[in-house]
Amino acid sequence: MPNYALILVIVSYLALLFALAYYVERRAKRKWVNNPYIYMLSLGVYCTAWTYYGSVGIASQSGVSFLGIYLGPVIAMPLWILLMRKIIRISKQHKISSIADFISLRYGNNRLLGAFVTITCLLGVIPYIALQLKAVSETFSLLSSDNSFAAAGILDDTTFYIAILIAVFVAFFGTRSTDASQSRKGIMATVAVESVLKLVFFLTAGVFVVYFQFDGTTDLYTRASQTPNFQQLTSFGGLENGFNWLFTIGLSFFAIFLLPRQFHVAVVENQNEKHLAKAIWLFPLYLLLFNLFVIFIAWAGNLKLPGSVNPDYYSLLLPLQEGKLSLSLLVFIGGFSAVISMIVVSTLALSTMVSNNIVIPYGFLKKLVEGNPEENANNIKTIRRIAIVLLIMIAYFFYIRFSLQLSLFSIGLISFVIIAQLAPSFFFGLFWKRGTAKAAKIGIAVGLLIVGYTLILPIVVNAISPDAQLLGISYLTPESNAFLWSISGNALAFVGFSLMTKGNYRERNYAEMFVNNENYENLQEGAFIWKGEAYVADIKRLLNRFLGEVRTNRALSIFNRKYNISETEEKADARLINFSEKLLTGTIGSASAKILLASVSKEKPISLVEVLSILEENKETKANNKLLLEKSRELSAMATQLRLANEELRQQDQLKDEFLDTVAHELKTPITSIKAASEVLEDGEMPTDLRQQFLENISKDTDRLSKLIHNILDLEKLSSQRAALDIRSRKINATIIKAIKGIEQIAAKKGVRVEFVESKFLEGLYDEDRILQVLTNLLSNSLKFTEEAKGIIRILLEEKEAEIAVAVEDNGRGIPSEDHNYIFEKFYQSKNQNIKKPQGSGFGLAICKKIIESHQGDIWADKNREQGARLVFTIPKGK
Amino acid sequence: MSEKKILIVDDEPNIVMSLEYAFKKRSFQVFIARDGTEALEIAGRELPGVILLDIMMPKMDGYETLKQIRGNERLKKTKVIFLSAKSKLTDIEKGLNMGIDRYITKPFSIKKVVGTVEEMIK
Repeated sequence: MPNYALILVIVSYLALLFALAYYVERRAKRKWVNNPYIYMLSLGVYCTAWTYYGSVGIASQSGVSFLGIYLGPVIAMPLWILLMRKIIRISKQHKISSIADFISLRYGNNRLLGAFVTITCLLGVIPYIALQLKAVSETFSLLSSDNSFAAAGILDDTTFYIAILIAVFVAFFGTRSTDASQSRKGIMATVAVESVLKLVFFLTAGVFVVYFQFDGTTDLYTRASQTPNFQQLTSFGGLENGFNWLFTIGLSFFAIFLLPRQFHVAVVENQNEKHLAKAIWLFPLYLLLFNLFVIFIAWAGNLKLPGSVNPDYYSLLLPLQEGKLSLSLLVFIGGFSAVISMIVVSTLALSTMVSNNIVIPYGFLKKLVEGNPEENANNIKTIRRIAIVLLIMIAYFFYIRFSLQLSLFSIGLISFVIIAQLAPSFFFGLFWKRGTAKAAKIGIAVGLLIVGYTLILPIVVNAISPDAQLLGISYLTPESNAFLWSISGNALAFVGFSLMTKGNYRERNYAEMFVNNENYENLQEGAFIWKGEAYVADIKRLLNRFLGEVRTNRALSIFNRKYNISETEEKADARLINFSEKLLTGTIGSASAKILLASVSKEKPISLVEVLSILEENKETKANNKLLLEKSRELSAMATQLRLANEELRQQDQLKDEFLDTVAHELKTPITSIKAASEVLEDGEMPTDLRQQFLENISKDTDRLSKLIHNILDLEKLSSQRAALDIRSRKINATIIKAIKGIEQIAAKKGVRVEFVESKFLEGLYDEDRILQVLTNLLSNSLKFTEEAKGIIRILLEEKEAEIAVAVEDNGRGIPSEDHNYIFEKFYQSKNQNIKKPQGSGFGLAICKKIIESHQGDIWADKNREQGARLVFTIPKGK
Repeated sequence: MSEKKILIVDDEPNIVMSLEYAFKKRSFQVFIARDGTEALEIAGRELPGVILLDIMMPKMDGYETLKQIRGNERLKKTKVIFLSAKSKLTDIEKGLNMGIDRYITKPFSIKKVVGTVEEMIK
């Protein structure tokens, strides 16, 4: 394929990525940008050209040992749900934008430590970027048909231009916001797409090799097994090799947390910690798929390709050998994707670290303090952009100068070993409060020195005397050997110095906030301890320079509202200091933020005991507030209950008033009648028969009066449950017959027939006198409302599960439907309380209801009856 | 309209009987109704000078009856007296506000009722 065509492919591919990033940035709020799959796929930045090409190389030469690099992350993933969640929460709370910021903040935003971490990352990652460029360059030359590819100089080298294009891409999309803790959705979307492309194209190559060049895996296995060193390629090695495995797994376990690009995609770009749940099972699956065909491609390459070619590129060369140029091109683009995503995310993370942890805190801060917000934002962006370009350029020159001697795999491993030096301060820092900044710095320095001595020096010396290995344990690979010594020395130094020295109060404060982060999540600014003097105006001026007036005012008014602080408050407290530190941390890093705030405040030292007691106090206040809140909630619930109870009492009171009113009214009627009659009787001229009539009226009204009084007392007795009931198992049939006997005479006089349908003989549990009273009342009502000579009253008996039902029905004028619900109320009131109820139903039914209720029974009027009334009551069944 | 015509509206026959006797004795022409509807019918026909009206009655209560009486042009001059067991101040005020001429609470003295009526029609 001619050079220009290949370059055209590369440029169009990069243009597509630009377009995608731009498109996503414009639609950053869309749901498809913020989903767990994008998150999971962006984690795929772990798979670089090293994975894409290097694994095959290793598999073809030394067997399955490449798998160790993927086993570490697979083992780490289940831990993520606890560990990574904690890291993400801490980072979001403190607006952390890189691993350097994370570690330096943990140790009391220590400026030097942040710089140390940044330098470690630079040492580890720049060769790694160089390795990516090397892969691009070499694959390019393999695909190119122009033999004149051997570049005469940098300006002839296509890789150089590719590097520049990548730098432009990162500089453009990576620095849109000065707040580095903000997510960069455009870049993340391209990384996710690249993760898909590299996987799919690699699998395509695998399928082609296994199923088109060979007749499936079995065929490939049979043929490969005849090659001389096949045994070695498929075994896991002995015990000694086991150690190598162990160390590789350990290395990659650390790398998945500590690599700047992994920290960036997993923590800084995390949109929602719930995304972790999907990532922990999908990401291992992604890694598994990626490694599916590695071993087969390696075998196939060993079988088909001459020994002179670089085994790293078997996946590209195998289709090329068959003349499948387009497939090779796909493989090339897949590898190119792996390269781009790695370089993009790495330089992005590194440039933030370089600007926030080296350039700004060491030297640029003064200039920023003097600048206005717009200038500052531009300056910060410019610093990051220059850092990005420089990083890529340095990597490029590193590649030109050194990497020709090294394989993809070994540079990758060296990089991992260097990054692993952050592990003691990072992991101990998460769980051990004693760790101090000094110990962290010494630990990292010791670790790096040992790596230099055991791993880097031999490479340099190797040029002079091959196979020199310092501190060498013979059965370990150089990388495992270096890892073992460096991490041991590092951890020992860290633990040792932590135990020997005590951190200052700031370190203790952040130690507490990181280790027991769940205690302080709700406390937020309240978890920060600070004593000293500072003025709000100074802090405001400072924030203005970096955030601009609008954002500063907005942030401060939110802060004041949150803590109920007056806008006119002049003195700043610890919470405002911490709040401002966080605001600035996203923009200029935690170390610079601390220095800046220290410049406008007079800080006074606090003893360790004070720190702990203040923290404890804050926690308690928080807990007490919670308790108070709960109590006040309980109180308000009780108040509501009381109000309801009161309301009920008031209603009962009103009912009682109404009852008394009605009683008075009922009593007044016969009294009025008696009084009026006795007055007219004074008239001596009244005829005797009329006089007789008036006297009779008086007598009747007196009876009415005494009956009323008796009923009222009876009802009162039943209501207050003072009526003693003689409840026993009795024969209801006999009681009914007794009741009928009581009204027989009146019924006969009125010509009304009373029938009792004795279908059953039942026993009920009741007080006979009281039930007799109920029956008599119901029968009397029926008698009253049935027509003379035509009336029929019928009593029916029904057996239910646990009770017996007695029904009294008649063919009288019936009960109006609107009255059904009221007839059992004492002096029931119709809708219009001045309309009188029909005679006789005043107290009687109310008393019946009380009696039946005191028997745990029920009484009601049958609403479905068309003609006449039908009243039913139930009482418990007897034995 | 004759001032000596009186309509007694109450659903308690014993009370009505006493009132009827007393007013007849004072040579009134007495009409009797047991509820509001009946009262309106008789009043519209006989145009009595005085109506004695109970408040709590079946079918139509005293208030509604009074409203209808007051709506009738021909009964403009008719005096209406509430005779009621409702003795609370609020009840009395309500009646007076509705344009009642007198409010007499039960139990009442017959002599006083007759005296009041005679004084009103003088």
